[in-house]
Amino acid sequence: MGYVLNKESFSDLVSALLKDYRIFAPVLKKGAGRFTDVDCVIYDEVKDASEIELEKKSDYASKEFLTPLSETLLYFTEEEVKEADLCEKKVLIFGRSCDLNGLKRLDQIYLDNGLAKDPFYKRRRDLIKPVLIGCGHSYDNCFCVSMDSNRFEEGYAFSVDLIDGEIHSNVLDKEFDSFFKAAAGAKELDVTPRFVTENEVKVEIPDEIPGRIITDDLWDEYTTRCINCGRCNFVCPTCTCYTMQDVFYSDNGRVGERRRVSASCMVDGYTDVAGGGQYRRKNGERMRFKVLHKISDFKKRFGYQMCVGCGRCDDICPEYISFSNIINKVNDAVKKEVNS
Amino acid sequence: MNTLNPYLPFSSKILEVIKHTEKEYTFRMEFKGEVKPGQFFEVSIPKYGEAPISVSGIGENFVDLTIRRVGRVTNEVFERYEGQSLLLRGPYGNGFDVDLYRDCEVVVVAGGTGVSPVRGVIQALSDMPDASDKYVVAGFRSPEDMLFRDDLKAWDSKLNLTLTVDGAPEGYQGNIGLVTKYIEGLPLKEPSKARAVVVGPPPMMKFTIIELKKKGFTDANITVSHERKMCCGLGKCGHCRVNDHYICLDGPVFSYEVAKDFVD
Ligand SMILES: Cc1cc2nc3c(=O)[nH]c(=O)nc-3n(C[C@H](O)[C@H](O)[C@H](O)COP(=O)(O)OP(=O)(O)OC[C@H]3O[C@@H](n4cnc5c(N)ncnc54)[C@H](O)[C@@H]3O)c2cc1C
Ligand code: SF4
Ligand code: SF4
Ligand code: FES
Repeated sequence: MGYVLNKESFSDLVSALLKDYRIFAPVLKKGAGRFTDVDCVIYDEVKDASEIELEKKSDYASKEFLTPLSETLLYFTEEEVKEADLCEKKVLIFGRSCDLNGLKRLDQIYLDNGLAKDPFYKRRRDLIKPVLIGCGHSYDNCFCVSMDSNRFEEGYAFSVDLIDGEIHSNVLDKEFDSFFKAAAGAKELDVTPRFVTENEVKVEIPDEIPGRIITDDLWDEYTTRCINCGRCNFVCPTCTCYTMQDVFYSDNGRVGERRRVSASCMVDGYTDVAGGGQYRRKNGERMRFKVLHKISDFKKRFGYQMCVGCGRCDDICPEYISFSNIINKVNDAVKKEVNS
Repeated sequence: MNTLNPYLPFSSKILEVIKHTEKEYTFRMEFKGEVKPGQFFEVSIPKYGEAPISVSGIGENFVDLTIRRVGRVTNEVFERYEGQSLLLRGPYGNGFDVDLYRDCEVVVVAGGTGVSPVRGVIQALSDMPDASDKYVVAGFRSPEDMLFRDDLKAWDSKLNLTLTVDGAPEGYQGNIGLVTKYIEGLPLKEPSKARAVVVGPPPMMKFTIIELKKKGFTDANITVSHERKMCCGLGKCGHCRVNDHYICLDGPVFSYEVAKDFVD
């Protein structure tokens, strides 16, 4: 069922939803961007419809509720080890096609890599329903069409497209029809969420990447250009790595907690092992490891590409390193290799 | 959910502590359940962290963990004594398939703490009715660094053991030199059908494999065990990934046929 709502009725709808759901959505933060004076769209819990940013692409990915930057898993007292509690209120997560396609990649690792399902992820995953933000046009650096993730047609609760000041929604999950019907002034109308069908940026990914590409000199450039800050990983809707961290409280050393914190394969320490062992010292090697995971190694294991082409890694990089550019360089290098 | 949460460690009693060197002890931990040599446990010390440690011995009601003290978690382990307990989770990983090594010539090459994960394999070889076609080359940094001294003596009487040290004070009676030096001379009848197991620091593994291949071993008949940084043991944290393999899930034991393509 489809609905068109004006600003006031959307606001009514969100207020009603907030009684049953926590809502995580893109939120505009003034002056918090890559450089000061630049705005930034982050993900945050919203308390009012007016906070939800539907126009701009978010700088951060919608994964933050599912995989927080830092999450306490266990509490330790002198006698026992206890799982951390989690608020059991249901959650709506607003995301674009790239984000919602990213969810499948997060599930792949946390629920379906190996026999064990990650219980701390699963309990969050079981709470959420995705809300699709339609894309009326492509944004800077997006290449979702090349990655086949420009569409997300099943499995969202409802969609929201902001068109000429009105919200157009298609409701897939019947549970939400009653909310829309109850929102004052909502008109019933057929609605199809908007998807982009072309991006300015396009990539071509080779089917096979020969092992020799690993040592190609195309990676060398990034040894000097990349400053291994890891931001490209933290904003990526498909990065899942974390590091375990134990702490004890300074005022009472007998109690403490175990957390997991988001990790980046670009940042120092990711591979350190006892005795000073370290793999991929050079940033160029780290770049190669990251890129080949996104466009080759993940696919070898699971049968589909990891990268969803959201372009957020390009948007955030302080060194203006372009991921899509690297993919195309790899493609050229492979072509050269095959032809020689 | 408690019993299903793989991150929740269980408590295991320290049955015995065996001291090998100042920095390396074996902790005999109470454990009943299925476990294979080459698998590992996460030793989980609240407020300090976790460390993946290989199973170095398996008994009816225990597993042995041979631990080198190198940092935050392992230092804390060394503060514990017999009768106290440690929190563990696991076992994880695939482990060795000991049956592969029954009816063929076998060479095990292990260096330093690399002897731990293969101790169970060597034990199985030395228990076989005829171990005359089983060879073990074990290397340690110096005579003081030797692990499992009692085992070494027992193995020496049952199979063909070459024990060597990288360096030793003057007057030392045994072999001096890297493990790689002793491979060429192994009196194998049919190296192309023989199997090898190689475990140790990365450079040692690399050069040992070169020697084995010179001698005629096939990639498929060489088995290696890898170590990487690991934060979960469950295929989630991502640290142990190499190419499309997760060392904690698909390994740590790999056929060299697969492992030869690993690029970190
Ligand atoms: C599959 C596997 C089997 C192992 N088997 C044994 C064994 O049988 N006996 C043994 O003594 N050691 C073994 N290790 C190594 C052991 O896990 C590390 O020495 C231990 O994690 C160090 O922890 P720590 O807190 O004491 O040191 P830390 O204070 O953490 O630091 C010492 C160094 O260890 C590195 N390190 C920290 N955490 C890990 C980790 N999770 N994995 C690898 N390195 C890490 C650090 O980066 C640092 O360089 C094994 C490692 C793996 C991956
Ligand atoms: S590519 Fe850019 S964002 Fe990523 S680590 Fe390097 S400098 Fe940071
Ligand atoms: S690698 Fe970059 S473009 Fe691909 S999904 Fe991650 S952030 Fe988006
Ligand atoms: S140890 Fe975490 S994925 Fe392998």
